[in-house]
Amino acid sequence: MNRYDAIIVGAGHNGLTSAAFLAKSGLKVLVLERNPWIGGATVSRELHPNWIYSNCSYVCSLLRPEIYRSLELARHGLQIVPYGGGVTFTRDGDLLGGYVDKEVRRREIARFSARDADAYLRYGRDVMRQCRLVRALLMRTPPDPTSLKPRDLKEMLFVGREFGKLGEAAIYDTIRFHTMSIADYLGEYFESDVVKATFAGSGIIGTALGVQSPGTAYVLLHHYMGDVDGQMGAWGFARGGMGSVSKALAGALAAYGGEVRVSSPVARILVRGGRTTGVALDNGDEFEAPVVISGLDPKRTFLKLFDPTDLDPKLVKRARDFKIRGSSGKLNIALDGRPTFTALGAKHPMYAGDMHFLDSLERYERAYDDWKRGTWSKDPYLDLLMPSMTDPTMAPPGKHFMSVFVQYVPPLVEGREWTDADREAFKKTVFAQISRYSPDFEKLVLHAEVRTPKELEAEVGLTEGNIFQGELTFDQLLFNRPFPGFAQYRGPVRGMYMCGSGTHPGGGVMAAPGANAAREVLRDLKRSSTVPEGWSDD
Amino acid sequence: MTEAGRTVVIGAGHNGLVCAAYLAKAGRDVLVLEAGHQVGGAAVTRELVRGFKVPAVAHLLQLLDPAIEKELGLAGLGFARAKSELRTVALSQTGEPLVLDGNRIASGPASAADRAAYTDFIDRMRRYAGVLRRQNGRIPPRLAWERWQDALPAGLIALDIRRLGREDMREFLRVITMPIHDLLEESFETPLLKGAIAFDAVLGTKLGPRSGNSVFTYLHRLSGAAAPALPRGGMGAVSEALAGAARAAGAEIRLSAPVAALVLTAGRVTGVRLENGEEIAASTVVSNADPRTTLDKLLGSRHLEAEFARRLHHSRSIGTAAKLNLALGALPEFRGVPAELLGERLVIAPDAGYVDEAFNPAKYRDYSRAPVIEITLPSVSDPELAPAGKHVLSAIVQYAPYDLAAGWDAERDAFRDAILGVLERYAPGIRKLIVAAEVLTPLDLERQFRMSGGHWHHGEMTLDQFMMLRPVPGAGQYAMPVAGLYMCGAGCHPGGGVMGAAGRNAARAVLEGAPR
Repeated sequence: MNRYDAIIVGAGHNGLTSAAFLAKSGLKVLVLERNPWIGGATVSRELHPNWIYSNCSYVCSLLRPEIYRSLELARHGLQIVPYGGGVTFTRDGDLLGGYVDKEVRRREIARFSARDADAYLRYGRDVMRQCRLVRALLMRTPPDPTSLKPRDLKEMLFVGREFGKLGEAAIYDTIRFHTMSIADYLGEYFESDVVKATFAGSGIIGTALGVQSPGTAYVLLHHYMGDVDGQMGAWGFARGGMGSVSKALAGALAAYGGEVRVSSPVARILVRGGRTTGVALDNGDEFEAPVVISGLDPKRTFLKLFDPTDLDPKLVKRARDFKIRGSSGKLNIALDGRPTFTALGAKHPMYAGDMHFLDSLERYERAYDDWKRGTWSKDPYLDLLMPSMTDPTMAPPGKHFMSVFVQYVPPLVEGREWTDADREAFKKTVFAQISRYSPDFEKLVLHAEVRTPKELEAEVGLTEGNIFQGELTFDQLLFNRPFPGFAQYRGPVRGMYMCGSGTHPGGGVMAAPGANAAREVLRDLKRSSTVPEGWSDD
Repeated sequence: MTEAGRTVVIGAGHNGLVCAAYLAKAGRDVLVLEAGHQVGGAAVTRELVRGFKVPAVAHLLQLLDPAIEKELGLAGLGFARAKSELRTVALSQTGEPLVLDGNRIASGPASAADRAAYTDFIDRMRRYAGVLRRQNGRIPPRLAWERWQDALPAGLIALDIRRLGREDMREFLRVITMPIHDLLEESFETPLLKGAIAFDAVLGTKLGPRSGNSVFTYLHRLSGAAAPALPRGGMGAVSEALAGAARAAGAEIRLSAPVAALVLTAGRVTGVRLENGEEIAASTVVSNADPRTTLDKLLGSRHLEAEFARRLHHSRSIGTAAKLNLALGALPEFRGVPAELLGERLVIAPDAGYVDEAFNPAKYRDYSRAPVIEITLPSVSDPELAPAGKHVLSAIVQYAPYDLAAGWDAERDAFRDAILGVLERYAPGIRKLIVAAEVLTPLDLERQFRMSGGHWHHGEMTLDQFMMLRPVPGAGQYAMPVAGLYMCGAGCHPGGGVMGAAGRNAARAVLEGAPR
């Protein structure tokens, strides 16, 4: 009875996506989830009565439209609602509004620097050009540059051609873009520190790098390459919280006849004679399948789910060396009413946007220095949102849910485990930052969930609490993700695959790794693909 | 381009001299114009105080292209090494230093695992550096792929990477953009060892060990000889030999002849004007000055297309390395270092975290209170540099950012005290031996050696300013966007260090009349 065509370990959004595409192809699919709920870090949870928390991931933009359409996620209840821009508060009481309307935004930037307002158009154009290049690669399996197989050569040629199409000057820009720091990159466009600070946040979210670290320009791209309703770079909320994404994916899976079992932690991926035969749960139950796909991060997958004797020691070393440093934390807050931000006044469209409090690159960099020294940032980068301003289902009428993403937060505090006192002090740091701009904030707090990388690891299973299942640096991107030679979703053991954010194209609620992995599985099974390949610019 | 006509080389730095020598050898009528009163630029030997001669700026020779040494016959022109294959002695404040000799750990507190791993690591890194070495001697290709044939020169680079073999190629493509810190964490456990390698990776850059691309800068360092050497007579002797080669080939070198501007006729460079007003006609001008000096000051950005000028102004060239030169009354003692090791390369970078903490202030335009230091005592192996029984110490000190917020003129003394304080901890009593001391901050380097931003490499050496991107896209093939003008300095591929490759490649570009 416990026999399946494919077993997926972990019901995160990528696991569910993989499962859905395989089920769509007619395979008998089982998803095993350790927690009593599905979604991994894509969840909605009622942690305070009548409040829905998107307590891990909290905004949606990267989810590939091809997948959305192909799995008919709208039919399964997923609705993405764009939200209205963002704001950077400055220490002198002013603000820089990131309005959705480009012209309004340009004028707003002009208040800080007329030159930057001009540069903003150029900046937008150049970043979008990079986005287009990367987007073309998202729904494709990375070629192995060391391989001479026709398929790899064909893919290399494809990449080369996409690159070549840019034209000479843009090719140089592209190489530079991918090797530069976000601070240097922004420095080529803008002069105002507030303007630079406004754009820099996307370069470091979820990343254990500072704004001056080369490689962060790409991280920025990773946050820009999504779209909502065809608007590239836009961000939105999943109505009902991020759990709606997993719910819709699970709905699609169920519709195709797939099965999900919660509270079923996988202890081992079973290997016999060099190939996978299935999995064993913590309680000893075994499930058989010729295909096992892990949605867990590479460290967890190879260091915890495998008997080390089943793996090449070189691969074990790769897994150990894989960089998956936790650097972010989160506060989820139930509010008795909408706090007032002094700079916004009583009414302002930006209450529905994301709010930021770092107004200079130096503050960003110093926040990173704290992390390097093993503590959370004392003047942290916050990405603060009140989803309930846009989506009334998140909190009771008149009340609000506030999601505060915090960068940087270390997985260990000065080398030791987090204590309750640390957690309290960390919360105080964040509260103090918010209160400086919103004096009535603290007294509106009804409940606050404090999440450090440790909670993320313990609950969701992300090693060290890294939200992307591994750093998004070039040594772990494309054909290097998760490891060189293993970037085509196939694991080191026959029949074993990887589909998590630890594979190309990486983290964020994108679902592309899950879809790409399913495509490779179907290819090996010689079944026609149910997975959309390539992309279309809406 | 006419074969006839004079070629003027601006600046008698080592690259300018190399370029002049090759051009003269090819039959060009070459005139080198040097602003200073001696040849060499930053590769000079100066008298610090009567009888004490120091390599004023650059002090170790590691990257000098062997082809240049041979083709220009430097050995016959008085060039020799006082000491080759220098070992690296990673100093410890408390115990025995770690001695690195080529690809092995010669002695010191390293775990058995690290001893084995080090040899493998260095061998591997040298193989990867070999890919860069092959590029060093080439004019970087343009990346314009209108037809598939256009992709061929770039394909050559891909082929070089492929030739590493599958395992190495994979690893090369993985590590090339990594921070050295991460690679060290994967490879070693001994703090002194990690500190020494981290230091090598970031020396001369505005990068810390945790900065991406610092593995690349490490490989760049390894792309020359296996280990550094000390030229006999200080670094100036290298320049003297190069000048000798240029003169022997027929080039003329004029000292104390600072160029004020380039002369243009109908959009073409037709000569130079000296500061004294004298104009010298030339069919070709090759500038060994840094890109900003050449294009902004001597040419003038009004002659540049706006996009090109924008790129130029955004290229990063903030020097972070300062120079300390000391005349010492006697040979100093370094904690735990036997006298026979004092002629080697001594490094103060006890662990990677120390290097990182030294780097952090530079991000905020401040200098390191506890800097990382590379020390040589050239007089140990080259006694002529100092009076009998006395010595000179030459050290590169990092981080000392050019754009110091408080300004160098206000902070120079405090900075010197910080350096000497660190030195004293590793070499107790050294302060008492000081006969004369000189600290050259990047600001001083800019003033004295005319390097914009006081950057030793005429521009930050990182992946986004490398090969065809160096100094900026559109000028990566030595020919500038104004007809008749070329550059041959460290601001061009393959960058800084007393290497000469930029000068040699530029000469080839001039001779081939590289299309523009």
